[in-house]
Amino acid sequence: MIEAEGLTKFYGPIGAIRNVSFEIGKGEIVGFLGPNGAGKSTAMKILTCYMPPTSGRARVDGLDIMEDSLKIRQKIGYLPENVPLYNDLTVRRFLRFAAASKGVEGKRIHAETGRVISACGLEKNADRIIGNLSKGYRQRVGLAQALLNDPDVLILDEPTIGLDPTQIIEMRRLIKDLGGNRTILLSSHILPEVAQLCERVIIINKGEIVATDSPANLTSQLQKTAKIILEVSGADQTLVEAIENLDGVVKVSCVSNGTSRFVIETDPRTDMRPRIASMAVEKGCGLLELRMMQLSLEDIFMQLVTEDPAVEGAES
Amino acid sequence: MRGFWAVYKKELYGMFMSPIFYVVAFIFLLASGFFFNLILSQVMLISFQVAQHMELAKGINMLELFVRSFMSNISIIVLFIAPLLTMRLYAEERRSGTMELLFTYPITDAAVLAGKFAACLSAFAVLVAGTLPGVIAVAVIATPAWKLIACGYGALLLVGCAFLSMGTFTSTLTRNQIIAAVISFGLLLVLWFIGETKTWAGQGAGSVLEYLSLSKHFENLSKGLIDSRDVLFYLVFSAFFLFLTLRQISSYRWRG
Repeated sequence: MIEAEGLTKFYGPIGAIRNVSFEIGKGEIVGFLGPNGAGKSTAMKILTCYMPPTSGRARVDGLDIMEDSLKIRQKIGYLPENVPLYNDLTVRRFLRFAAASKGVEGKRIHAETGRVISACGLEKNADRIIGNLSKGYRQRVGLAQALLNDPDVLILDEPTIGLDPTQIIEMRRLIKDLGGNRTILLSSHILPEVAQLCERVIIINKGEIVATDSPANLTSQLQKTAKIILEVSGADQTLVEAIENLDGVVKVSCVSNGTSRFVIETDPRTDMRPRIASMAVEKGCGLLELRMMQLSLEDIFMQLVTEDPAVEGAES
Repeated sequence: MRGFWAVYKKELYGMFMSPIFYVVAFIFLLASGFFFNLILSQVMLISFQVAQHMELAKGINMLELFVRSFMSNISIIVLFIAPLLTMRLYAEERRSGTMELLFTYPITDAAVLAGKFAACLSAFAVLVAGTLPGVIAVAVIATPAWKLIACGYGALLLVGCAFLSMGTFTSTLTRNQIIAAVISFGLLLVLWFIGETKTWAGQGAGSVLEYLSLSKHFENLSKGLIDSRDVLFYLVFSAFFLFLTLRQISSYRWRG
């Protein structure tokens, strides 16, 4: 549905994105993840035909962004960052304007604005002036205008930024409901959000794509060793040595001196927990805790965006 | 031109909802009413003087004198208020970021511009129409010369069109409405009086500068002399600045 090939954008001498290529299939929900200033918004602005790229090509539904700009804009619903809206119009009037601009026929405008107003829960505020709305409702109005004329592709730039926790949950639910046959590209710097909403994540840093995969795959790929946490009562050195000698165990380290809590690094391909458990029992220790330590998306993100030399090996 | 009506209606609504329009309208009508009275009393004085010398009266058309002086006064007031009507067109969209919304809707830049400009022109026409009742009253009492009045107002609309196109262009240069208005006002003022440079600019350059003057072409039209060159001048002037506006917008897109 969306294909980008070598997109590059320079603002004067400053490169915002360099050689960004990706593909998004029909019906996918994809997250753009990156720190502030990584180039997420720039990539989105190019895809929505707001600005042309310095070089590179992009296609939406087979149409080129440079040649068929108007046709593409017809297919895309876009929620820009910071949700710019006409503050002196009422919600309904603004949505009517947006609907007419998007080519909704005169007869259908009333029904169409009504549909998005109820889809975004704006019934009570439909006749208020946009400038007087709270941040959460502004965000909903922004989403409502993106949904007008039922676009195939939704591009949402930071849809939950600046919302309070309940609003964030509602917004996420709303976005989740919108999926299905729509293709959604959303950007965020909040990792759990992307992990929850998206089937695939594109991590972008300093204008370049550093990783593309599903949140689960990213996690497992970057984990060179599986880490297991073990806590036992009555541990002694023989237990540590016995575990170290197990096939597949790389390293055993004590979390802090004086406690019997260990982090055991093992080969990620086999689950070592049963053997460690039986070993502990064999040595006469009481097993208090034994669990796999999950690498969160946050850890991966930090590994990718901070230039840690250890990470470079993991990427390749 | 899909999207033209949508933009036109939105702009017109925005215009009539903003306090700027009402303040401008109030000041415009106040000033034009003031000049209306002033000119009317002057014309009356002249006509009394002329009435005592019947041989002079033959060569003077009082209504023409009135319409011409009134129009030339109004045109100066219009020069002051036109930048205030256009200053928000693009500057406000850029400041609030709504340009990003507008530019990603499936409307061409030309349709957006046409909608915005037409809305401004309509608001301007409403303002100017506010001066009609007085002029009509004078015309009814004196010898009704509707052609002359229609010609005067036509000229005013043409000049307004030129002023508004300049204002629309300067509105794309900045995010700040006041700066847009000031630049537009300064340029218009220079172009209004540029014909006066003839005395020191020399014959060749002087006549070119005089041709570029916004006021020279207005004088003929407001007298009721319709010359296609004068009409064309205003139309080409407007088209030129609207074209520059479109160029400026696409350059804005490239720069991001």
